[in-house]
Order: sequence, then C-alpha cells, then structure tokens
Amino acid sequence: MTPLRYARAADAQDAVLQAQAGARFLGGGTNLVDLMRETIERPEALVDVSGLANGIEESRDGGVLIGAATRNTAVAAHPVVRKRYPVLARAILSGASAQIRNMATTGGNLLQRTRCAYFYDEEGSRCNKRHPGQGCDAREGFNRNHAILGASSACVAVHPSDMAVALAALDAVVHTRTSQGERQIAVTDLHRLPGDRPDIETMLEPDELITAIALPPALPRSTYRKVRDRSSYAFALVSVAGAVQVEGGRVLDVRLALGGVAHRPWRARRAEDILRGGAADRAAFAAAADAELAEACALSDNGFKIELARRTIIAVLEELTGERP
Amino acid sequence: MSMIINGLPAEVPLDPRVSLLDFLRDDLRLHGTKKGCDQGACGACTVLADGERILSCLALAVQYEGRSVTTIEGVGTATELHQLQQAFIEHDGFQCGYCTPGQICSAIGMAEEIRRGVPSHVTDDLDAPTMPFCAEEIRERMSGNLCRCGAHNGIVEAIAATFAALPEAEAAE
Repeated sequence: MTPLRYARAADAQDAVLQAQAGARFLGGGTNLVDLMRETIERPEALVDVSGLANGIEESRDGGVLIGAATRNTAVAAHPVVRKRYPVLARAILSGASAQIRNMATTGGNLLQRTRCAYFYDEEGSRCNKRHPGQGCDAREGFNRNHAILGASSACVAVHPSDMAVALAALDAVVHTRTSQGERQIAVTDLHRLPGDRPDIETMLEPDELITAIALPPALPRSTYRKVRDRSSYAFALVSVAGAVQVEGGRVLDVRLALGGVAHRPWRARRAEDILRGGAADRAAFAAAADAELAEACALSDNGFKIELARRTIIAVLEELTGERP
Repeated sequence: MSMIINGLPAEVPLDPRVSLLDFLRDDLRLHGTKKGCDQGACGACTVLADGERILSCLALAVQYEGRSVTTIEGVGTATELHQLQQAFIEHDGFQCGYCTPGQICSAIGMAEEIRRGVPSHVTDDLDAPTMPFCAEEIRERMSGNLCRCGAHNGIVEAIAATFAALPEAEAAE
C-alpha cells in the first residue's frame, strides 16, 4: 500500500469536507483495502464513513430508508426487508461470505469495483479502467465471466454486486451529499456503461458521499436467483432480480434486472414493457427475455451467458407468477 | 487510541495501512489468527469484533479503535478448551490445522447469527422466527472458511454437535 492519512468522519457533512482531492471514503474496507494492497487504488487519504448513518427506518410513503453505513447482514436480516423486499434479502445473502457481509456497508457495496482478473493484474495486463487508453486484455483474453450487454471496445467488465441488482429492480433512490448540498439519484442512473471511459464508473462527483438508500413500496412478490460456478461464495455468472404484481393471470406490473452481464446492474425495461399488461405465461416470458437479449453480444468464452440469462429470466418469472409454495 | 484484544487493551498502530491481521500477528504476537490468502477469499484470518465474525485481512486495525476483538487465543487455552475446540478434536475437524482458528471463530459467530434469527442463502422461509441449525445451513453459513485438507464433514459435525446437538448421522449428510 502507498502511504496515506486516515480520519474518521464525525458526520456526513464532516466527511464531505474532509474528502479533498486524492481522498477516498472508506466503508467496511472489504473491496478498497484489497485494491489498496494491490496498489490499484492509491488514495492519499481515507475518510472513514463506516460509523455514519447506520439503521433502517420505515418511511411515511410505505417504503424504507437504509442508512449507507448499515451492514449488509443487518439489511438482509431486518424484518421489514425480509417480509416486503425478499428480493433484496435474497440478493444480499447470495453474495460474498457471512464475514464479508458483516463488514460491508450498503453504500460501499454499490460502489465496489469489478472483479475482472485483468483489472486486478496490475503488472501483467492492460486495462482501460486502471490506465485509460492503455487497452483491454480481457476482450481477447479469457472472458467467460465478462459482459454480454452494454460493453464497449474499451471495456467488457461486469459489475460484481448482487445487492445492486435487487436495488435496480426495486427502483431504489440513492441519497447523496457533497460540500454543495444534497441530491437524490435513481439507482439505475448511478452506474455508467463503460463507453470510452471505463475508469469513470458512476455519475458521482469525487467528493460525493452516499448517505442513504430509499426503497419505494414493493410489488407484492419478488425474488432473486443467482447462477454461479459453485453454490456458495462466488460471483454471479448471471443473476435475475424480479418483482411482479399479477391479477387474473395478467401482469399488472413487473420489474426485472440482470446481474453478471454488464458494466452496471442491467434493468430489463424492454422485457418489462412486453410483460406489462400481458398474459402471465411462459410464452410471454420467453418473448420478453428474447427482446431483452436481442442485442446481447458474446465474446469468445461467454456465449453461454445469453442462453443462461434467457432461461433464468423465464424461471424467475414462472416462480413469481406460480402458486406460492 | 486503543482497542480491546481478548479482554486486554492494546494501542492501535500509528500507520493506518496496518491490517488488523498484521497488527494481531506482528505487533501483538498473537499467531493463532492465520494469514491464508490475505485477500478475503479463504477465511483463515476470521476473528470476532464485538462478537461478529469478520475478516481481519480486509480490516484496517485503525478502524477497530474502541472495539473489542476476540481471537482464537481468547476463545480457549490448551488446558481449558472451548467446547467447540474439543468437538473439532472428537469429530476430526482438521488435519493440518491452518484453517482451524478461523473455522472456530467463524462458527462461534455463526451460532450467534442463527440465535439472532439471521437468515442465509438456503433458508426457505425468510419470515421464519427461528432459523434451523441443520447441516445444509451450516455448510452455507460456513462457506467463507475453506479447508484444503478437506475436513469439512468433520467441521460440520463438530459445529452441529456443539451448537445444535444434532444426531451425528444428520450432521454428516
């Protein structure tokens, strides 16, 4: 690790005032500490925000407000999240290990960086995320974990978070603060596609701190399905977060998001448009999945993800529209 | 600036780059906590912070100022083993022993999570007031602790025997 200064923030305002150029906010550290040790991240200063807003409140509109420093375990274990937002509880519980979930904060989880092996290989690989303009060794390399949607010639990395995929399907809103004031950002707008600047991963300003995540009222049924190489403690090959409201065999409302397939949690709006108002049956689910994946593009090793995503979308919709267990 | 390690105060290192793991091993000479991968993949460095299991390799020591940390040295001693340590011996829960301190700290944290009703990836009913303590749950909840000797069956049996008093046949499934 390169030398750095460390300070604990007293509150959100203190945090953004301390976040001068070269500083990074530190949550649980489960990603940033590792990246600093690999010298991929070289902050001059750390502003520790892991002791800030920590808790979950029910809001007046029937939703929930989650403090950004609330640990992943606490979110997944909260009675209201388990009852009304099972997609979020299941997404969090399918990610990482119990130890990491005990450390990781909600804000930090959203801002974790890709696990692309070429991004991590500082000494041996070219990466436009680490060094813009350098080139991407993943595109022609071993890329079975990489993107099938929204990738660019500069970057084919995927966002690693499970939680963020559930938040995308829940229409969550990210509350932030800078030294200039506060704002709210739809979580589906938070992360960028790579384009020609894959080093810029979110729309946040350098000193902008995530302070909370707001969840609007949930659709009646939701779940998360993750497909991976081993049954626990692995990143997603493909994952699907889904939420539906069905009445009389018709889809009144639906939200779908995919993980493991793109540089950001992939909200499947094309599929939603086809499903909304239509029959809740397998043919409609397949048509929706096909529409969403029509522009999917395989690299040399990850073509299986397209069919896997198709089948997982259909399976999740069948689970959510079938008889309750 | 101090934290409590196994009930005793310790001064936090001045260099903020020092991980909790290196602080425990190099500064405090508490070598029970092991460095496996040093990148959050193996669980050998698991310790308890205020009773919650965490990975000390991904923690900066300075972040734990004011907190209470328990390592394997605080769990039991050679003459006074924790009942889970005794169970690891009785159920062949290790061969080389390198992952064992992390396994034991992790299992103690896991038992507390189950007692608090924290669900897991394999929990069918997220609303259930109590969480089952079956082998499938133990395997999922302990997936962050790898054992390259392959002692996982014995580990699951030892944990089940200690915390759930399950019949051994069921625990070994």
